[in-house]
Amino acid sequence: MATHAEHLEHHGPPAPHYSSRITPGVLGMFLFIASEIMLFGSFFTAYFFVRVVNGTPWPTPPFHLPVYVAFINTCILVTSSFTVHWALQSIKRGNVWGLRAGLLLTFLMGLTFLITQAIEYSRIGFNTTDGAFATIFFCLTGLHGAHVFVGLSILLFMTIRAFRGHFSAEHHDGVEIGGIYWHFVDVMWIVVYMTVYIL
Amino acid sequence: MRNPLRSEAEAFRFLIAVILGALVIIGAAYVSTWLGVAAAVLAVGGIAWWLKQEPVPGAADPPRRITSETPAGVHRVLVVANETVGGEALLATIERVARPGTELLVVAPAMPSQVRHWASDVDGARADAEHRLQASLTRLEATGLEVRGEIGDDDPLVAIEDALRTFGADEIVISTHPEGRSHWLEQDLIGRAQARFALPITHVVVDFAAEHSPVPRG
Repeated sequence: MATHAEHLEHHGPPAPHYSSRITPGVLGMFLFIASEIMLFGSFFTAYFFVRVVNGTPWPTPPFHLPVYVAFINTCILVTSSFTVHWALQSIKRGNVWGLRAGLLLTFLMGLTFLITQAIEYSRIGFNTTDGAFATIFFCLTGLHGAHVFVGLSILLFMTIRAFRGHFSAEHHDGVEIGGIYWHFVDVMWIVVYMTVYIL
Repeated sequence: MRNPLRSEAEAFRFLIAVILGALVIIGAAYVSTWLGVAAAVLAVGGIAWWLKQEPVPGAADPPRRITSETPAGVHRVLVVANETVGGEALLATIERVARPGTELLVVAPAMPSQVRHWASDVDGARADAEHRLQASLTRLEATGLEVRGEIGDDDPLVAIEDALRTFGADEIVISTHPEGRSHWLEQDLIGRAQARFALPITHVVVDFAAEHSPVPRG
């Protein structure tokens, strides 16, 4: 039988080739990104029309946005990205306790962010019915909050699995993928924080 | 190009880039609105430029050249052709390179449009390729060669690599339309195949217009 020099050491059937030019995993990730861009993009488009096209004052008087509380919250969320990165670097070196500590810290910081946001909502002094500004504010921050909630759910399972010893230096895809999602949530928050609170 | 979602490390670096970009925009916007707009354009452009960079030095190096082996005394030829699979020039080349007992594998990559490719709607393109392939195989079998055919990936390089995994070949024959009408030549298929495969490659140009012309061109 003819052999393939590059695979002389290979036994069994040849490695699969996908008929598509991109692998299913990459295609799935691209579709995910596309759907998220459309989702956030629709809300940012509404924000743009309300604030730039219509010239709605931001925030509309007499309301105020809790910029400093949100800044502290931003610091917490950004720090949580560092801890999840630390967790993954730890398990890559076989440090299981570093992984556990990193994931636990990340989860607690994410939870703190979400609770702080909920408290902020309850004390902010306006509601979704108080004009376009309020609607867009709650839609954008709420949409992001929903993503944080999903991320926290993923982190919870990652943390439980870490404490059960499911991850090792060789097998840690669950941490890798959860970490990617958590960084994505962070990136979106920076954009939301910058446009809604700062600019 | 960087893919910020390829790995956690890439996503983390992307996050750092976004934080830096946001700080630049916020700082400029405090000075002046238009300076903020300019900073936003620069920051987005900078992040786009950063994403276009190669993440790992050397990662873009050309892949290892693929070679192929056949048992002693066996001569195998891999033919890659699609719309030109029944061309006279191709058949003549095959007859020239073939020896008595040569084993021939004809691969016809399915060629769906880009939209159909993305929609995975390739059945029609595969059926068309199958039809052309069968016609060509019938003609080649009449010459006494041991020949078989299969439909390949729509990327001809992947189709060749797939075929070499199961059919060790001594040489490859690639058939295309003439320059100007060939997508494969536009994509430098021959050059890329020569770089990718350590096997002799013969390029055949099938010009159906000339073949069907009643007056020979001169």
